[in-house]
Amino acid sequence: MTVAVNRFPHLLALAASLLTATALAGGANAQDEGLVVYNAQHESLGREWIDAFTKETGIKVTMRQGSDMQFANQIVQEGDASPADVFLTENSPAMTLVDGAGLFAPVEKETLDQVPEQYRPADGMWTGIAARTTVFAYDKTKLGEDKLPESLLDLADPAWKGRWGAAPAGADFQAIVASLLQLKGEDATKAWLKGLKDNATTYKGNSVAMKAVNSGEVEGAVIYHYYWFGDQAKTGENSKNVGLHYFKNQDPGAFVSVSGGGILKSTQHVKEAQAFLKFITGKAGQAILKDGTSYEYAVGKDAPSNDKLVPLADLNAPKVEASTLDSKKVVELMTAAGLI
Amino acid sequence: MTISGNRFSKAVAFLFRRVKASALLQDNRSLVAGNEVPVAPKAARMLLPRRRMPHASVVLLATVIAVFSLVPLGFIGWITYDVGSETVKTLVFRPRVGELLINTVLLESFTIPLSIALAVTLAWLTERTDIPFARLWAWLAIAPLAVPAFVHSYAWVSLIPGMRGLQSGVFVSVIAYYPFLYLPVAAALRRLDPAIEDAAASLGLDPWRVFFRTVLPQLRFAVCGGSLLIALHLLSEYGLFVMIRFDTFATAIVDQFQSSYNSPASNMLGGVLVACCLFLLGLEVLLRGNERYARVGSGSPRPADRRRLGWFVIPAILLPLALAVLTLGVPLMTLGRWLYLGGTEIWRVEIGSAFLQTMALALAGGVVATIAAAPMAWLSVRAPGRFQRVLEACHYYVGSLPGVVVALALVTITVRLVLPLYQTFATLLVAYVMLFLPRAMVGLRASIAQAPVELERAAMGLGRTPGQAVRQITMRLAAPGAAASIALTALGITNELTATLMLAPNGVDTLATKFWSLTSEIDYVSAAPYAFMMVVLSLPLTLTLYKQSKRTAGQ
Repeated sequence: MTVAVNRFPHLLALAASLLTATALAGGANAQDEGLVVYNAQHESLGREWIDAFTKETGIKVTMRQGSDMQFANQIVQEGDASPADVFLTENSPAMTLVDGAGLFAPVEKETLDQVPEQYRPADGMWTGIAARTTVFAYDKTKLGEDKLPESLLDLADPAWKGRWGAAPAGADFQAIVASLLQLKGEDATKAWLKGLKDNATTYKGNSVAMKAVNSGEVEGAVIYHYYWFGDQAKTGENSKNVGLHYFKNQDPGAFVSVSGGGILKSTQHVKEAQAFLKFITGKAGQAILKDGTSYEYAVGKDAPSNDKLVPLADLNAPKVEASTLDSKKVVELMTAAGLI
Repeated sequence: MTISGNRFSKAVAFLFRRVKASALLQDNRSLVAGNEVPVAPKAARMLLPRRRMPHASVVLLATVIAVFSLVPLGFIGWITYDVGSETVKTLVFRPRVGELLINTVLLESFTIPLSIALAVTLAWLTERTDIPFARLWAWLAIAPLAVPAFVHSYAWVSLIPGMRGLQSGVFVSVIAYYPFLYLPVAAALRRLDPAIEDAAASLGLDPWRVFFRTVLPQLRFAVCGGSLLIALHLLSEYGLFVMIRFDTFATAIVDQFQSSYNSPASNMLGGVLVACCLFLLGLEVLLRGNERYARVGSGSPRPADRRRLGWFVIPAILLPLALAVLTLGVPLMTLGRWLYLGGTEIWRVEIGSAFLQTMALALAGGVVATIAAAPMAWLSVRAPGRFQRVLEACHYYVGSLPGVVVALALVTITVRLVLPLYQTFATLLVAYVMLFLPRAMVGLRASIAQAPVELERAAMGLGRTPGQAVRQITMRLAAPGAAASIALTALGITNELTATLMLAPNGVDTLATKFWSLTSEIDYVSAAPYAFMMVVLSLPLTLTLYKQSKRTAGQ
């Protein structure tokens, strides 16, 4: 395409026209961007919610994809000038960070009423939108039921050296560490992270870790439950040898992580943003969790989750105060442990 | 993903011209013929009077660009100062940094020698032997450039899911990057004067000794330049290594970014990376040495004889054939398989818009980067000097940084200082210009060098102002080189990932970013069309590059 240009003036003309075109495209984007959602949830789930919302209300939504802590810190730096209207995460520590910086607007009472108290913070500055539980995904061909770890903490034992995996750089895993920190304190967390560094193979992302279990690279991995269900629903190619072990017994490894949604104080689209949050925590939004491809737990009142999942109530999760999970400390501890 | 290098132009310039190191050799005939370029500053100063050149304004422009290029380095420096020496110590001198450093050293020290061996053998086969279908093999040798590095590793991981770690990293790196060595080495071989080899043979050396004692040393510039280019690539590459799970500084910086956005930790890792880049640049200068390899006779060299392979032709053909299977066959086969499995339903509308957005960004970025590189390219040819070298170094170093480091600096600066520019096309283009300035310099420099300064002078003698003379004569003659620069830059932008992810305006998806988010959910099927479209977009660019290299080389 550049071969045709054989004179410099033409080149300049081309440059000018391309720039104008790009600028126009940018300008057009800026005009009808609609609601801007910083989405740290899985791109496919965010897309399902947004498409359904736009279909129902006609409100245009632009999605920016990223990860929990990246966006949380980014929003803090952007401050009042943040282009974001709504922030969706996979886990709650990122919500706590933004809330702590005083950047959230209160969520409408009607929306809060759609979610039971245990899945949202007491201050009502954000709300739970979905949930996920920690599991130990293990290689069924290698590990019998009797050889599975009883507690998440067992994995730090030298007996598990070289046998398990995790994706420590991800927000998911950092939420698990945050709950461990809250439940067992700093010293125990440090010791466990050291065990992780010594024993575990690290992967980029939960799905990659599960794939490694499936292919026999490691005997098990600490991930969230729905990667397995998602893969089973598709081809099962990455999870056919994999079983899920639920720690239960209020073990730190039975931690249920709440995904959060919040509205930025700086938004120019308060009404639309509130409507969006109300939509995803409402009947239609929560039904997407039940019927869609995400396999995350629905958290709305009387909103059923997918039939294939072990019910939330049966997981026997430890009691963790989601709104106080300390993400900063977690990143600090993990950096010190040489994991990130 | 960023292509770069202080010696980048030198490396690829072998495609375009022959280097003469001595002022004495610069006779008028060769200058008028327009295909010989003085590189030694002394020679240039002697031949090119400074008067009547529009220096001041060009120097000013080049200085402005150079100052812009220093922004990321300044940013790292500022963070370092800001957090204080204690924090710097705890963040830099920790076991994790040691691990990454060991990984990096091992990766470089295996990949570079293997790539050299492969590229030199292949170049020798295609340029100096009677191997059948030499042109086809030459083409196939550079074609892997059209496949982004992370698509190479995606293809291999799809084929062998267990691939990971150092060995796999070295393997895929060699496959994805050896063309950057093949190109300059083949060009250098094409232009060597066979008279030296004849002399060596007449002194009784057997063909092998002739090769090792006369040919190989003369390839030193090309080998050093190409190696440096690959070495810097390995430092800044992200997608390739994430896919096959090998930790490098670039992947660790992105991990930090995702855990804490713009933390001192990620910037300190960036600082260590800059130190690695500078070390490699220095190492290359040391290894390259100052020996002269230029022809000293008058007249022009005859074309070299092609060596008869005889029965050796069978293993000789097997090498490029096997390589083509590894570098092109595997990506195309795995892509084809995923595309087949996905059927028609994976071809969503978003692919079209991502394609158009990527193309617009790539071309706009290519054109802007080439224009930004023009003042420096002109200066470095027409008015070399000490200050010009400093300016040129500023242009080059920034291209050796990973996209993520440059993006982190731009994000913070736009948020804090020029908010209206935050998450706009303008900022994204600035990042592309910084990352790909060295690429843009390559083609431009070589073709400006081929526009005889006498024509500029003649134009001025006929009443044109210096500015008009440059625009109407030199710039027109340099246009084909500019096309090559745009193609090379656009190729880089098409494959760019991390900077685009961080800086792009809301709602902008390029082929690379969409491909990335799909593969990280291990949805290889849906990712396949994006990879395919990236190859489709890269092919004409690679073709432009190839044609341009032949054309400027006078073939």
